[in-house]
Amino acid sequence: MAKTSEVLLSPIFKDNPIALQVLGICSALAVTSKLYPTLIMCIALTATITLSNFFISLIRNIVPSNIRIIVQMTIISSLVIIVDQLLKAYDYETSKTLSVFVGLIITNCIVMGRAEAYAMQNGPYMSMVDGFGNGLGYSVILIIVGSIRELIGSGQLLGVQILPLVSEGGWYVSNNFFLLPPSSFLIIGLFIWFLRSWKTEQVEPAEFKMSKNAPKEVKADHA
Amino acid sequence: MLESYLSIFINAVFIENIALSVFLGMCTFIAISKKIDAAIGLGIAVIVIIGITVPLNNLIYTYILKEGALAWLGFPEVSLEFVGLISYIGVIAATVQILEMFLDRYVPVLYNALGIFLPLITVNCAILGASLFMVEKSLAFGESVVYGLGAGVGWALAIAMLAGIREKLKYSDIPDGLQGLGITFITVGLMCFGFMSFGGISI
Repeated sequence: MAKTSEVLLSPIFKDNPIALQVLGICSALAVTSKLYPTLIMCIALTATITLSNFFISLIRNIVPSNIRIIVQMTIISSLVIIVDQLLKAYDYETSKTLSVFVGLIITNCIVMGRAEAYAMQNGPYMSMVDGFGNGLGYSVILIIVGSIRELIGSGQLLGVQILPLVSEGGWYVSNNFFLLPPSSFLIIGLFIWFLRSWKTEQVEPAEFKMSKNAPKEVKADHA
Repeated sequence: MLESYLSIFINAVFIENIALSVFLGMCTFIAISKKIDAAIGLGIAVIVIIGITVPLNNLIYTYILKEGALAWLGFPEVSLEFVGLISYIGVIAATVQILEMFLDRYVPVLYNALGIFLPLITVNCAILGASLFMVEKSLAFGESVVYGLGAGVGWALAIAMLAGIREKLKYSDIPDGLQGLGITFITVGLMCFGFMSFGGISI
């Protein structure tokens, strides 16, 4: 049981797919300007990765290894088509907002990466847990970025006005900078900084170390 | 005619740069941009694959998937658009595989240079994204060739620029937690702001 909870929880902060493994970043940037589409995207991705890990793990012993990529792709894209059609049927507005990004779950490297790294070696149950955990790790970052952007950018959360805007007689001047997509790069960058100051074992070693003080001879040369 | 092709090309390279304005292919964009040689190799591979698959998917969409496209078979009201995703990704995976075998057999020099990048490209969302945008913009065949090449060139340009910046960044004094991935995100964010200034241009 301890193993299950570790597989489930470690992708959230210890081995986060976005902040540490650099997987699945594209959608993290483009869909996060409002919290609601962000939540839909998180649910869509978590459902896809959980099920794809389950099915790929079921057939892992009968697929020849040289065609496995195409087989995995077929499974993943069938699942994404189902998600896409469900979304179009029940929440057409959001599916328009997310435009091509639902389809791009197919090439979201978290899904492929977990299929290759975990589901091909482990049993169906553990693979599902792993998929769900990684879906959660992805969701945590997306929800943080989405809430920051919507709160600062338009003073709202899930469409409810939290900070009253100046234009409506309140005191908050909205910061449109956070509605622009590139701002999510800066937020994720700062989030990584925060995460790595907390869990210092994730810090990457510098390739080139500055010396604290240049030796005196060198200084004399420059002068 | 030529003018409209040129404007599609410029639009795809700068104004709607697939990496820095639409944010596609970000995983490989950030992972493979440490060295400038590798970045350029990957960039060329992307141009080739995107330039082949976007027109191919355009043909498949126009003659098989689009509503009414199967009229010649006697099914005028059938629309297969919902299997679009699976056919596009199939075309991309097959093209990558064929190109890999072809290069291995006839152009071994290029194969050795691109070798490791080719399989990576199947899961590069820039490629699938370009095909999906092509369908969304409903481009004709000729336009889709130009759009595919433009999108590829734009992506290659962006990754070459990022690699150039990162090679210089190695020698700067960065706080421990920001080292590597963190500072790369912030750099890419600033580059995106730069590319947003192309947004006001209309051709």
